Amino acid sequence: MTKLYNEPSPLETRVLTKRFGLPNSASLDTYLATDGYVAIRKAIEMTQDDVINEVKASNLRGRGGAGFPTGMKWGFVPRSSPKPKYIVVNADESEPGTCKDRLLMEYDPHQLIEGMMIAGRAVDAKAGYIYIRGEYRYLIDIMDKAIAEAYQRGYLGKNLFGSDFSFDCYTHTGAGAYECGEESALLESLEGKRGVPRIRPPFPAVVGAWQCPTILNNVETFCAVPPIIRDGGAAFAALGVPKAGGTRLTCLSGHLNKPGVYELALGFPLDKMINEVGGGIPNGRKLKAFIPGGSSCPILTAAECEGLTMDYDSMANAKTMLGSGGVVVMDDTTDMVKVALRIMRFYAHESCGWCIPCREGTAWLRKILTRFVDGMGTKQDINLIGDLAHNMLGRTFCPLGDAAALPTISIVEKFRDEFEAYLARTTVSIPVQSDLPVLQPGM
Amino acid sequence: MTFSPELEEKFARLLTIYPEGRQRSAVVPMLMFAQDEVGHVTPELIEEIAKRIGIPTVQIEEVVTYYSMLHQKPMGKYHVQICTNVSCMLTGGTELWERACQKLGIGHLQRTGDGQISLEEVECIGACSWAPALQVNYDFHHNVTPEKLDEILEACRKVN
Repeated sequence: MTKLYNEPSPLETRVLTKRFGLPNSASLDTYLATDGYVAIRKAIEMTQDDVINEVKASNLRGRGGAGFPTGMKWGFVPRSSPKPKYIVVNADESEPGTCKDRLLMEYDPHQLIEGMMIAGRAVDAKAGYIYIRGEYRYLIDIMDKAIAEAYQRGYLGKNLFGSDFSFDCYTHTGAGAYECGEESALLESLEGKRGVPRIRPPFPAVVGAWQCPTILNNVETFCAVPPIIRDGGAAFAALGVPKAGGTRLTCLSGHLNKPGVYELALGFPLDKMINEVGGGIPNGRKLKAFIPGGSSCPILTAAECEGLTMDYDSMANAKTMLGSGGVVVMDDTTDMVKVALRIMRFYAHESCGWCIPCREGTAWLRKILTRFVDGMGTKQDINLIGDLAHNMLGRTFCPLGDAAALPTISIVEKFRDEFEAYLARTTVSIPVQSDLPVLQPGM
Repeated sequence: MTFSPELEEKFARLLTIYPEGRQRSAVVPMLMFAQDEVGHVTPELIEEIAKRIGIPTVQIEEVVTYYSMLHQKPMGKYHVQICTNVSCMLTGGTELWERACQKLGIGHLQRTGDGQISLEEVECIGACSWAPALQVNYDFHHNVTPEKLDEILEACRKVN
């Protein structure tokens, strides 16, 4: 048994993680012994439209954070284009709270390779690149080893399984930049440039890597494809809820007795996830705040969490997002002002600097929040934080600006009393102008 | 510049895996692998990579200044990267960071006088469910306690 990072839970639905814990789970032999490379053979026999339709039928939605329907994305690739087409895997996992793609590559690299191959078969792509964040160097070694093994034994390369289908696969390392998790910035980075996003449209499906049509998906999205083709889209869809099929690798972190990565069916009850899968909050403390899928999501209060399920629609109804699968649980001792500051320090550090509302907004918010935590906040600052964040919304080319603004707005609105409590502790008296000329009120 | 045969082999391969005429794509991986050997990104290294790919040095420089893992000044033999992002912060990451700074008498992106250890406060390293976490060079350490941190730092001090 390979050592796992955390004990599995009996409440899991293990589809993508079914090989986790098997002896030598990363080896080709283990993969072959457990339905490996069955789906690609099947996909080669199918028409390209049928492969895409099967993915559509699975109701698989992108697992990186945006939740876009995968089959539809694949359908946007102009197969008749004379240009070469490419498959690119987003393994730049860096959304705070998220640590699942790491395990999919560490324990089951061949599943990812097979998912890429099926995507390649669906859109006539002959090469795929796995963009792995720089911090995950050990995964480059694991993936390279798996790729070499696949070439050696005829699972990658030319005329695979006696067909006319050929596929090459490569790894590519990043070098530390959250922004490169955004698809167009990732492509810039893959091309050897600064990770600054592109103006879209055109989307990568039409103009992607090296100006060619490209399928770009998250690791988990590609890993879901072999089970979908092998067992049928309908079977995968049935695991989830009506508009979102399958399972979700959910990374539980924060104040929990049993944090860990668990594969849960979409629509899993939030309360059960915290208290049974995650083992509840330590020391009998109560839930205070909840991040459903990475720090870019609006934060929920304990009251708002009641009755919610972990799926796209339920989260949208609660005015937040399912996001990247990074669940962060905060107990009633958590200082929300400090959380707001820490989140903003992150976005200010990671803003690529292209769009002014994001570059200046995040830095300015970081300054104000730092001042608050240092005991030098003023009453006007509370509104200013909200105003500034609102001014960033929808005014940037990529979602990083929104990602910084949304959690901040939610914290300042839902935990305003904590900001006010900080004021009571303010030690330094600061002369306050009655109307600061920094922003038009009510904008 | 001369590199080890292993790095030369990596460079040669990197120049073949991207589509014809798109060798600029190799910039980031070449810099990363070279930094591991050279220690940091030197002006000579930038020129060497520019020459091998056949692009102006400025196109390498703009990349070096963008990515946080590429360092233009020497870091320690052991680069200790402590995460203080939300999940780690909730579980004691900030305290680990402060403890390490205090123990070593250095701060963010500084190194000890003997060049053995450097420190960096990093953003999320993807170990949230096993927080607080840190990396020594590329090695992950999970569920780090203050005592475990002391042991890690002690080991970095000793090993040659």
